[in-house]
Order: sequence, then structure tokens, then C-alpha cells
Amino acid sequence: MIQTSGLVKLYGMHAALRGVTLEVPPGQILTILGHNGSGKTTLVRLLATLARPTAGRGRIGGHDLIDGRDEVRRLVALVGHSTHLYDDLTPRENLAFWETLAGRRADADQIDAALARVGLDGQADTRVRALSSGLRRRVALARAMLREPRVLLLDEAFSGLDQDSTKRLEDYLHAFKAGGGAAVVVTHSLGRALAIADRVAVLAGGRIAAEATRASLTEEALQRLYLSATDAGA
Amino acid sequence: MSPFLRTAWAVFWKDLLVERRAKEGANALGFFAILLLFLFYFALGPDSDRIRAALPGLFWLAFILAGVLGLGRAFALERENDCLDGLILAPADKGAIYLGKLAGTTALMLAMEVIFVTATGIFYNLDIWAAVPRLLLVALAGTIGFAAVGTLFAAMTAHLRAREVLLPVLLLPLAVPVLLAAVKLTDLALAGEGWGPAWPWWQLLLGFDVVFLVAGLLTFEFVLEA
Repeated sequence: MIQTSGLVKLYGMHAALRGVTLEVPPGQILTILGHNGSGKTTLVRLLATLARPTAGRGRIGGHDLIDGRDEVRRLVALVGHSTHLYDDLTPRENLAFWETLAGRRADADQIDAALARVGLDGQADTRVRALSSGLRRRVALARAMLREPRVLLLDEAFSGLDQDSTKRLEDYLHAFKAGGGAAVVVTHSLGRALAIADRVAVLAGGRIAAEATRASLTEEALQRLYLSATDAGA
Repeated sequence: MSPFLRTAWAVFWKDLLVERRAKEGANALGFFAILLLFLFYFALGPDSDRIRAALPGLFWLAFILAGVLGLGRAFALERENDCLDGLILAPADKGAIYLGKLAGTTALMLAMEVIFVTATGIFYNLDIWAAVPRLLLVALAGTIGFAAVGTLFAAMTAHLRAREVLLPVLLLPLAVPVLLAAVKLTDLALAGEGWGPAWPWWQLLLGFDVVFLVAGLLTFEFVLEA
């Protein structure tokens, strides 16, 4: 579903990515770990088609990240550091707006169901401005779920979520995977990586420094892998 | 409704709804309009002939400054929570997003223009009411032209740190033909002249409206993704 080959991204003289090759087949979740500045967010932005690679190629659902970006955008939902929500609209209005821009009819029942799924049915008509950062992140997740994407890109989507919301998101990811979806999840939490991933990759210095399947990892083994990969990449 | 128009309508409606709730732009524009009326009254004195002669310039000075403020505001709300990235990622026709933003800015500018013209007539005690229908047509055509090119440049400068300086620097020289035609047509409308002398200016104004509108529709995608 997701394939990249030698992705490079330069910002001036600074190389944020130095040749990232990865593959995420349908029904799999790849978790990306790495220090701050290791290139995780840059990789997600390239996969989401928000930035163009300086070199290398990438495909999602068979569509090129550059030439087929319109098709890629139909398949992908992104929840990143920013929520992409309008503060003066309510969660219900925000979701209806983004659904319309996704070329779908804003169905009120589906929007209510998505908000209920993230536990926001009681705050559907409260302006986003009045919601806490955790609740805003839940609205962003509801927007992504509503899109029924084939590919999910989550960049620190768990940060700021309480236990209940974390459980809901994990349940959703398991259901998403079972439905044949592919996901790339960026996190700093090794425990979270083990809880949701089929494969774990450690990004260091803009390269994939280590990669392992979930089945081969215990928490201690993942910690050793992470430390050795980040030490080697740094 | 076609997907193109549905997207444009959604963007237009969202901009108006946010503006109605936030009231930031409306408050700033209202205060600015009152200030401008006071300043011109003190500059020109109570002589109604002098005021009438200066009216076309006064109107369009107010409209332009209100437009620059409105355009800045229209894209400031897209910078909140990186909504501009959301617009880029939306698998929608970017021309429709442009049309929605343009319609939102035009509607807000027109609302301000109607209030400003009415306030001018009352505050300066001028009998300009017979010219109002033609003034509205000129304001509509001039505002569309100004907002058409302004929306493009506001999107272009939205990510830049010096956007407040760059937007007027880039926009105003390009908008000169629209402003010249609009000021001249406003003058002719206030003087009660027939349509004959106004026709060349209408051709210029409508021609630029079409050029800017088509250019905006065709290039907004590249501007947004640059």
C-alpha cells in the first residue's frame, strides 16, 4: 500500500531525510520511533503529499506521491501536530466542512457517529476554541475516521490523549488494520509502538537505522534496538 | 449542485461564519471607516463641493485599505492550526477553494462599502442617493477585480513572515488598472453622467475582472502548493 524508495528531503543545506526506503502492505501498521529532529515528521509530510521529496520516489495505493498526488490525497488521512480545525467553528461544523472539501456529502448521522466514536457527542456544538488540546485532537481523529481512508498517517496523534481516548484510538487502529488499511504511526512511546505495530522502524539522522517485526520484539529488546539505532545514527 | 460549486460554497460559508463569530475584521473595519470619515472632514472642511470632488478617491481609499485588511484576515484564519495544509490536502478542486475565498472577501468588502457609502452620505450631509444603484455596480465590479488578484497574493504571502508588508507591495501595483477604472466610474456615477462616457472604463474594469478571475482559478493550485 505504501512504498518509498530512497526518499531524500533537503531544506537548504540541511538533509532532513537521507534516503528512506520502506514498505507497508495493506493490513499493517508501521510505527516510526526516533529522537526529535530525526526526520519523522518530514517523512509523514512527504507521504501525505504536503512536501515534495528532493530525490527518491514514493507510491501510495499505486499512485506516485508527486504525479498522482490528487489520487493519493483521496486515499490518505493525516492527523499531525496541527489539528487543521477552525477555532470559531464547532466540531460538527468543522467535520461537515472538511467532508465537503473531501468531495463527500456531509451526512449529519455519520458526523455524529464519528464524534461519538471519539467520545465527543456531548461537545459537538461547542466551539473548538473552548475545547482542551486533548479534545481538539479527538476532533481531528474523528475527522480522519470519517474519511474512511485506506491509509492513515498519525504523527504524535496519541500525545495529549487521556486513557479512554488512547484505548479508543488503539481499538480503531486494530479495526482499521483488520479492514485492510495501512498506517504509519509516529510516536515517542516504545510501549505504544509495541501495542499497535506490526513492524517498528527507528529513524536516526534521516535514515532508517533499524527495523524489526513486532513478533520479534519484547519491550526490553525494543529499548535496546532503539538505543543502539539512535546512538549509531547520532 | 456540482462538487466544484459545493466546495466553493462551503469555503464561502465557512469564511462568513467565522467572521460573524470572531468579529475581529468587522470591528477593525468599522473603527477604521469612522476614523477615515473624521479625518477627511477635518482635511476638506464643510465645503460640500470639495467633499463631492474628493468622494471617488475617498471611497476607494477606504475600500482598498479595508480590502487589504480583509484579505490578510481571510488567510490569517487559514494559518490557525495550519488549516492551509488541510486545504492543500483536500482532494478538492483548488479553483473552487479560490472562488470560495474570493466570494467571502468580496462579500465582506461589499458589506463594508455599503455601510461606508451610507455613513458618508449621512455624515457629510450629501445627496448621493440617486447615484447609489450605479455606485453599487461599480463597487461590485471593482471589488471583484481587487479581491480576485488580492486573494491570489494573500495566499502567496500567507506563509511569509513579512506578509503584512509584502501583500500591499505586490497587490497594489497590479490592481492599479482596476482602481483607476473604479475611481473614474465612481466619479461619473456621482456626477450623474450617462453610460456613454463610462463605457471605455467599464470595458477596462470588466476586462481586468475576467483576466484576474481566470488567472486566479487556473493558478491558485500552484500558489497554494508552492
